[in-house]
Amino acid sequence: MKSQNRPLSPHLQIYRWQWTMLYSILHRATGIALGAGTLLLVWWLLALAGGPDAFAAANGFIGSILGQLMLLGWTWALMYHFGNGVRHLVWDAGYGFDLDVARLSGHAMAAISGALTVLIWIVGYATL
Amino acid sequence: MAEFALPANSKIGKGKTWPTKDGGKKVKRFNVYRWNPDSGETPTVDTYEIDLEACGPMVLDALIKIKNEVDQTLTFRRSCREGICGSCAMNIDGTNTLACTKFIDEVDGDVAIYPLPHMEVVKDLVPDLTRAYAQLSAIEPWLKTASPTPPDKERLQAPEDRKKLDGLYECILCFCCQTSCPSYWWNGERYLGPAILLQAYRWLADSRDEMTGERLDQLEDPFRLYRCHTIMNCSKTCPKGLNPAKAIAEIKKMMLARQA
Repeated sequence: MKSQNRPLSPHLQIYRWQWTMLYSILHRATGIALGAGTLLLVWWLLALAGGPDAFAAANGFIGSILGQLMLLGWTWALMYHFGNGVRHLVWDAGYGFDLDVARLSGHAMAAISGALTVLIWIVGYATL
Repeated sequence: MAEFALPANSKIGKGKTWPTKDGGKKVKRFNVYRWNPDSGETPTVDTYEIDLEACGPMVLDALIKIKNEVDQTLTFRRSCREGICGSCAMNIDGTNTLACTKFIDEVDGDVAIYPLPHMEVVKDLVPDLTRAYAQLSAIEPWLKTASPTPPDKERLQAPEDRKKLDGLYECILCFCCQTSCPSYWWNGERYLGPAILLQAYRWLADSRDEMTGERLDQLEDPFRLYRCHTIMNCSKTCPKGLNPAKAIAEIKKMMLARQA
């Protein structure tokens, strides 16, 4: 007999956060952020086609503190999603599943994406 | 669509506290999920204070001590107490493992004990495993052949082919991995889950099995196989040290290889 009022045991509420889930959800979150960030790029390109005034408005927003912060976040999202994407590619080839290796590759992608983001912004500002 | 919050009938309230009778030198608190189908109430977490000086080293020892000496109504599955039957799989200190092979000392602070996550609860720490068993039978986990059975001997296997089953045959079907997988939480009706897919690969990898193509046909589905997003919770939590995520990757590789 199936009881209709059986509760569902807790899951997200009690499961310990660890690198496995963290890096996986970050991959998805950065993917969504990249999708949203692409709208900003589209707006910028449309403004470019829309004439000097529209372009100046778009450029003004992107150059503002808020715009710069969004670009910084977008840069990191791109670097992390790209790096972790490579990690997934290696997994799909059947390698890197040992827990030690998978943990290291996860930490490495987090560190590398941070470093690349800083590097890109240093180069960006240096060549302004 | 994934339902992240618990339904109203599953919300967890505060339960009773059961103090040690006579103090004790080394007291540890065990916070245990309770739900009684006959009470008509929502689940609670009861707190049991146990003197570790008078208790065995494993979490299962504490649970048995509670049931014997403190509260006989506490319900959980257990059998072999040596990590081979898979009965006492539960969520301890935030990850799924076997209560009989988990040392109490491994847990800092209070020991939180819940049933395997995102499952229907039968009572207390006992989840309903009906669906997982149905999924296991769906992959037909036995040797399937087309050629006639040799009349005078068993089907032989070279040592190197037998070696391919290492890391697969040891699975005890405790479903720790199955219920650690967020994909299985959100899509458990259609995604087979890590435990079942590891079993599926165990037969795909068997040199004596002659139904590889049919087995792959059955798995070739956006949900049954491809809801695995390599989160790795399964391999991280397996109390037998197996690697379901790798087994699933091998199935995906076989899918690609037969398309080439």
